[in-house]
Amino acid sequence: MDTALVQLDDVSLSFGAEPVLERVSLTLNPGGITTLIGPNGAGKSTLARVVLGLQAPDQGRVWRRPGLRIGYMPQHLQVDESLPLTVDRFLWLAAPGRTRHRREALARTGVSHLRRRAVRRLSGGELQRVLLARALLRKPDLLVLDEPAQGVDVAGQDALYGLLSEVRESTGCGILLISHDLHLVMARTDQVVCLQHHVCCSGTPESVSRDPAYHELFGPRAGTPNLALYTHDHDHAHDLHGHVHDDPEHHDHGEHHHD
Amino acid sequence: MIELLLPSLLAGLAVALVSGPMGAFVVWRRMAFFGDTLAHGALLGAALALALDVNLYLAVVVACLSIALALTGLQQQRQIAGDTLLGIVAHTTLALGVISLSVQQSVQVDLMAYLFGDLLAVTWNDVLALWAGAALIIALVVWQWRALLSITVNEELAQVEGVPVALTRLLLMLLLALLIAGAIRTVGVLLITSLLVIPAAGARRLSSTPEQMAMRASVLGLLSVTLGMAMSWYADTPVGPSIVVAAAALFVLTLLRRPPS
Repeated sequence: MDTALVQLDDVSLSFGAEPVLERVSLTLNPGGITTLIGPNGAGKSTLARVVLGLQAPDQGRVWRRPGLRIGYMPQHLQVDESLPLTVDRFLWLAAPGRTRHRREALARTGVSHLRRRAVRRLSGGELQRVLLARALLRKPDLLVLDEPAQGVDVAGQDALYGLLSEVRESTGCGILLISHDLHLVMARTDQVVCLQHHVCCSGTPESVSRDPAYHELFGPRAGTPNLALYTHDHDHAHDLHGHVHDDPEHHDHGEHHHD
Repeated sequence: MIELLLPSLLAGLAVALVSGPMGAFVVWRRMAFFGDTLAHGALLGAALALALDVNLYLAVVVACLSIALALTGLQQQRQIAGDTLLGIVAHTTLALGVISLSVQQSVQVDLMAYLFGDLLAVTWNDVLALWAGAALIIALVVWQWRALLSITVNEELAQVEGVPVALTRLLLMLLLALLIAGAIRTVGVLLITSLLVIPAAGARRLSSTPEQMAMRASVLGLLSVTLGMAMSWYADTPVGPSIVVAAAALFVLTLLRRPPS
């Protein structure tokens, strides 16, 4: 507990009559990669917002280590057309300092060539690397990434998770990943938390993949995490914006089948 | 001629200089109608200043800030859309301002001067007050530039990164209120929005960073004031509207240039 970065105890939250989080407990430790998985609308982003301090829970306790520095990579970032903003100035906002540091951060995520480009002209994949560079630039104790694999191809995802492992090794920061694309994510994770408003199951990728609750939530084709790296089955459709629509059969959690 | 025009010109330049960065924020944050509403409310402040015999600038700043805070509170509800709410408040405060000015028969008030400005009537004392205000606003903007820009790019990202978002938003409103107080005696409350929006919109085409846009908006504003006053002097047109026409002409010129990147 003394070593934890963030600890949530029995956190509950409702929007109107709709419960979004029900008695969720979560501990994020330095040097640990935690992945939050669950179907669309399971409350993953809301839980992340509670961790980030953007949303206060109705009930329960949120503890953050004093002086905790958070690097946050949001799912989307829309820069208004009226605001001319280069990648360099965008990075400067997160951490004012020498140009050299901004160059280094961009080089680390492989996008040095974008430093003088306008932020709103970046492609989805480019923007994510810039956002990651920006988060790293803050030398965070905790890195929170909301759906970082969205709109990135499989090779790009593998590179991204490789980079995250390396960041964890070199800085010792804790990482919280949010994903509904569980296949790739789980292989490089220390702790998996499976969320459907409440915590269905949590633990190492191996234990979670054997948990009946996990299979109930994601269906029989959820597969095993080690295999998943190599067989990325496309059981969902991407729309133009890279949003993923889950296969309906993955949404059978909580439904009762009557004969 | 120059001795006659110098106080007016200096007063106009002070407002234009500050309108650059403030106008950039108004454009970026889509606050044009919000600024307009505050400007309308300024008239109510001016009426109160006369009724209570207090300092005009102080009364306008207080009135604008109160309206800004009330609007922020009212925008929390979802029943009435933001722009509808602004429309209600803008015209109600304007009407109240006009009524309370008209019932004060004892004082001779030129309503037109408040609405459309009376640059030619400014005194050296006004010039001093305006430049002191301009210096204060610019100092605050420079000091808090990173926070102001952070909440403009993305408020949630700013909050996670430790920027005091609510406080910074409040600062932005205070700065706008100060600027509008300065505008009431110069370009008038109805024209200040145009001096905020038009030079900033023109500067957008000429800039690739926020800092460039804020500074170039100031330059375009200074040019507008100078050209507008020259036009007013030689063609005997009303000053405030002449400045707006000059700003609009400069804006049209910027459209000829291809946007950067």
